[in-house]
Amino acid sequence: MKKRILSFLCALALAAALLPAPRAKAAGRVVNVYNWGQYISDGTDGYLDINAAFEEATGIHVNYMTFDTNESMYTKLKTGGSSYDVIVPSDYMVARLIDEGLLLPLNFDNIPNYQYIDEAYRHTDYDPDDLYSVPYTWGTMGVIYNSAYVDEEDVGGWDLLWNEKYAGKILQFDNPRDAFGVAQSLLGYSLNTHSEEELRAVTYKLMEQKPLVQSYVMDQIYDKMERGEAWIAPYYAGDYLMMAEENEDLRYYFPKEGFNRFIDALCIPTCCSDKEAAEMYINFLCDPEVCAENMEYLGYSVPESAAKEYMDPESVANEVAYPDEETLARGEYYLYLDTETTQLMDSLWLEVKTEGGVDYGPIVGISLTALLVGGFLTARGVRDRRRKANRCRKWRQAS
Amino acid sequence: MKTKGLAAPYLVWMAIFTLVPLGIVLFYALTDSVSGSFTLANLARIGSYMPIFLKSVWLAILSSAICLVIGYPVAYYIASCSPMKQRFLYMLLMLPMCMSFLLRTLAWVALLEDTGIINSVITSMGLRPLPLIRNGGAVVLGMVYNYLPYMIMPLYTVLMKLDNRLVEAAEDLGCTPGQTFLRVTLPLSTPGIISGITMVFVPAVSTFYISQKMGSSGTTLIGDVIESQFKAAYNPNLGAALSLALMVLVFACTAVMNRFGDGEEVVVL
Repeated sequence: MKKRILSFLCALALAAALLPAPRAKAAGRVVNVYNWGQYISDGTDGYLDINAAFEEATGIHVNYMTFDTNESMYTKLKTGGSSYDVIVPSDYMVARLIDEGLLLPLNFDNIPNYQYIDEAYRHTDYDPDDLYSVPYTWGTMGVIYNSAYVDEEDVGGWDLLWNEKYAGKILQFDNPRDAFGVAQSLLGYSLNTHSEEELRAVTYKLMEQKPLVQSYVMDQIYDKMERGEAWIAPYYAGDYLMMAEENEDLRYYFPKEGFNRFIDALCIPTCCSDKEAAEMYINFLCDPEVCAENMEYLGYSVPESAAKEYMDPESVANEVAYPDEETLARGEYYLYLDTETTQLMDSLWLEVKTEGGVDYGPIVGISLTALLVGGFLTARGVRDRRRKANRCRKWRQAS
Repeated sequence: MKTKGLAAPYLVWMAIFTLVPLGIVLFYALTDSVSGSFTLANLARIGSYMPIFLKSVWLAILSSAICLVIGYPVAYYIASCSPMKQRFLYMLLMLPMCMSFLLRTLAWVALLEDTGIINSVITSMGLRPLPLIRNGGAVVLGMVYNYLPYMIMPLYTVLMKLDNRLVEAAEDLGCTPGQTFLRVTLPLSTPGIISGITMVFVPAVSTFYISQKMGSSGTTLIGDVIESQFKAAYNPNLGAALSLALMVLVFACTAVMNRFGDGEEVVVL
């Protein structure tokens, strides 16, 4: 009986292998999307599952992957060996990728929905001729805090992140550009400074903050802020709106010294294997209805006014997502710094991350261990030699 | 001579997946990240990471020592049980290893956090939460928890195979139980201790996940630095140089460890 079942199973497996695969697979087209974590409406909370909707509409399978910083996405592209069709870098990273020839110019005949993109988000600094990118979202970076633990009188500027009262409850970005941006705003420098002197001052400011920082995080911030494990964090406005749904005590403000304003854009890298499918995907995301559903879920600000008509009027009127012109005027975009400055920033960031002062514990501990080990080995060596000598003497006496 | 052929598959495997990658690491460590020309600059930068190397080594030594202290009695006890019970206990020991290493570490984080399970019990009793996580101790705890089975397994294997007649002989010749242990059992289990310490020390010294999840912003270990160079900063050259230094360090430590195994036959004779 057992044998029979086994042979039946074998036959079944064989048949399954020979049968044609389901239709979507038969079409064989795949679009590899490489996006930020938690950065698309995925069907939770009753929102539209955009990737599934795209598959249904076109029959093209979406292979969706995420990254947590522009820099790690860049590293993945640069190391090669991977094939992505659509990526979502931020403004300064788009400029860097264009500069290094890692992006393909888009064919806008395949992206008719580009017409809905507002004039304000065209001809940007990072892509002046609108050749390589389609704006996906825009937003601002501010401070999120937990009003249950943080005094209102401490709130207002970036200095909240340096406030010793909240030591161990403060989070900081785990990527150089944003972390430097925070300190640059606090010190009143431009977010796009090339000055080594200013960058060093920023490094010291970040080192000064380090003992107060609970950890350097990106996507983990959701969990930590929602549960009250951390109370203060610099992050993006859209993510605040998502977190605020989980924890009502969370608040957000635009720091008085200024802040970063950004655009995240859809691009096609040179490692793309199906450019047409990628353009179809970009076009799908720009469809005002899809876009409205997506932004409603994300909480990020939408770069096409047409989509606002499909959105809840309350979220369109939200001052965190759509601040007034006066507030926005304090925002500054990141520009692409040259390779040299980027590398300097990377190595200064490493200095911040590895700085720990002189710690005598390990030195004393290791020396003690070395002494013990050395002492033991020598003592044993001496003992063994003595034993051997003894044995030789006895043997000689015996003979 | 004939048995040499049996090792051939492994030799090929090692050549492809160990020697070639090692060569690549060496190549990267000795080249410049921009121009790709030969340079010693990456190796010269290692000096500035000395405090981090020392911290990593120290935490690894601490956790190996704690693993040994905890693991030896456990292995001794398991080895002295009846075969049935031995199999059962050994299985219990292996059980946590069936789960992902990352998950187990995250579970510890959920336990130890300020708003974690232990601290919520403490705060619900009206006490202040304890600083259980984000310090050197938490990192050592994570290492000990994750690598303890690697210490117990070789110790158990050695102790199980230990010839009980030697222990009986020692007792017959008038040794107290303490003397028997110190002069017979302990020296004979040295190979187990050595491989146990090596198997704990090597992964502990290069870990990055445990220190990221359970450590503070001040407990950055050398593994974290190497990871960041490959993952975020796109400076594989510095990353390779640091890996190379770490590798040399591990080899040196293993060589010292193996000295303990030397000359055992002299003692046994």
